[in-house]
Amino acid sequence: MSRTTLIDLLYLVAATTFLIALKGLGSPKRARLGNVVAAVGMALAVGATFFHQDANGKGLAHINLMVLAMAIGAIVAVPAARFVQMTAMPQLVAIFNGVGGGAAALVSVTEFIKLRSTEKPATYVVLEVLLGVLIGTVSFSGSAIAYAKLQELMTGRPITYPGQQVINALFGVGSLAIIVMLLISPSTILLWVLLGLAFILGIAFVLPIGGADVPVLISLLNSFTGLAVAASGFTIGSNLLIVAGTLVGASGILLTRMMSKAMGRSLANVLFSAFGSVVTASGDGAREDGRTVRSGTPEDIGVLLAYASKVIIVPGYGLAVAQAQHVVRELADELEKKGVEVFYAIHPVAGRMPGHMNVLLAEANVPYEKLKEMDEANSEMSTADVALVVGANDTVNPAAKADPSSPIYGMPIINADQAGSVVFLKRSMRPGFAGIENELLFDPKTVLLFGDAKDTLTKLVSAVTNS
Amino acid sequence: MGNTLLQYSTVLILSIFVGVEIVAKVPSILHTPLMSGSNAIHGVILVGSMLILGSANTSAEEILGFVAVILATLNVVGGFVVTDRMLEMFKAKPKAPAKTEENA
Repeated sequence: MSRTTLIDLLYLVAATTFLIALKGLGSPKRARLGNVVAAVGMALAVGATFFHQDANGKGLAHINLMVLAMAIGAIVAVPAARFVQMTAMPQLVAIFNGVGGGAAALVSVTEFIKLRSTEKPATYVVLEVLLGVLIGTVSFSGSAIAYAKLQELMTGRPITYPGQQVINALFGVGSLAIIVMLLISPSTILLWVLLGLAFILGIAFVLPIGGADVPVLISLLNSFTGLAVAASGFTIGSNLLIVAGTLVGASGILLTRMMSKAMGRSLANVLFSAFGSVVTASGDGAREDGRTVRSGTPEDIGVLLAYASKVIIVPGYGLAVAQAQHVVRELADELEKKGVEVFYAIHPVAGRMPGHMNVLLAEANVPYEKLKEMDEANSEMSTADVALVVGANDTVNPAAKADPSSPIYGMPIINADQAGSVVFLKRSMRPGFAGIENELLFDPKTVLLFGDAKDTLTKLVSAVTNS
Repeated sequence: MGNTLLQYSTVLILSIFVGVEIVAKVPSILHTPLMSGSNAIHGVILVGSMLILGSANTSAEEILGFVAVILATLNVVGGFVVTDRMLEMFKAKPKAPAKTEENA
């Protein structure tokens, strides 16, 4: 077996491990193993690449530089990935995705420069390069903005300005014109112009998307990077890159659709509607129409919880922000000691990503069977004495069912309003991500307890213990 | 060259269908780890970046390739480590002793 065949065989093994990994992620039991299998496959592929020879039997040069670059990358990536707070996971995924897109764009650009120096590249080769550059760069700059939004380096609200759609359209048309020019006569300078335009396009694309929708966006950009990698695979002629990139691209688009479906909205609506830019809620307790909310003391609520027979906890982003997952489990344990039946109702988009809340609660040793998905929780809601809503708002807003004029109308929600009474633990009367009023807060059976979720939960734990 | 393009396109089409099929069966609680895991997998661009740097002829190509390898390594290493950390949370845990240490 020749060296090239052996390397290709190892690439085939790597591609297979990626498939096994994606398959493994379908079950909690095999997911972690699957990830390790993919990592081993990746290591095999990278190891094999060191022995690559071109058609003339010439090996790779610059091995020292290569090892240096890898060392730099690994030294930065490992601590970042290891020590970042669990709540900051979404933006971390965004940034690792963005750099992948950047790498794919650079690979395409460099291969183009190399091809240009020897012969006039065929039109389809130019097209592959253009796709790689365009998609990869959009993914890079788009992910950077998504990171900034989630990390709160900039406002999470959609950023809009007059003529935004027109300006974006101009950028789009400009890019298209340059692509056509490049296809007719390949020029390196024009390629750099395209790269710059794509960079701006990525930023302009993400700016009008609100913080609540950013997870859907990250999933989409993840898919983009996959496609950019596949395009680079065409350019440099690598089956491995095509397989891995396409797998991620195809699965990513499906995942993105599932995520926007969980919010009851179409993908186009998520991307182009600047959702949440208008705050329709008044933002303080007493409103013009004189309605006020009822707020209780931790002791009142502690008694209410301790003498209930069934409590359903509805966790939301506020719980994640306050790092309150451990305290909420403590509260549940205390309640169970008193014979109260407790489980958690997890909305598909609770937290900031689908499954984010499950990860956080699992970190706090909450057993699996206590986490119920929305439909299951809703079927039991009417038998619950108390729905304890911790840092959630839009995901329990009955307007999604009742008010066709509401921006979130049609989004599936947790029917907390069907429980005997509702307790909200909230930081303030500020509306949720969607920026709309929640009628449930004004319901007579609702009690509010203001404060940081971790503080209020700690107080509730001692109130329950003493009651 | 035409044949190579056809072969790559075959791989592309098949991969699209496999990708969609595999994800269709993933439960929603694993969507975040899945996104993160697939994020690590597209880090395979590291292989492409290595090939580019390894065959660089000019210093411009060298610099571009060098940066590409750094970025791709960040993607691969960060991607796998983050995913592993997420999935760590899903491992089966003994239920009973969870509470005792809090009270002690």
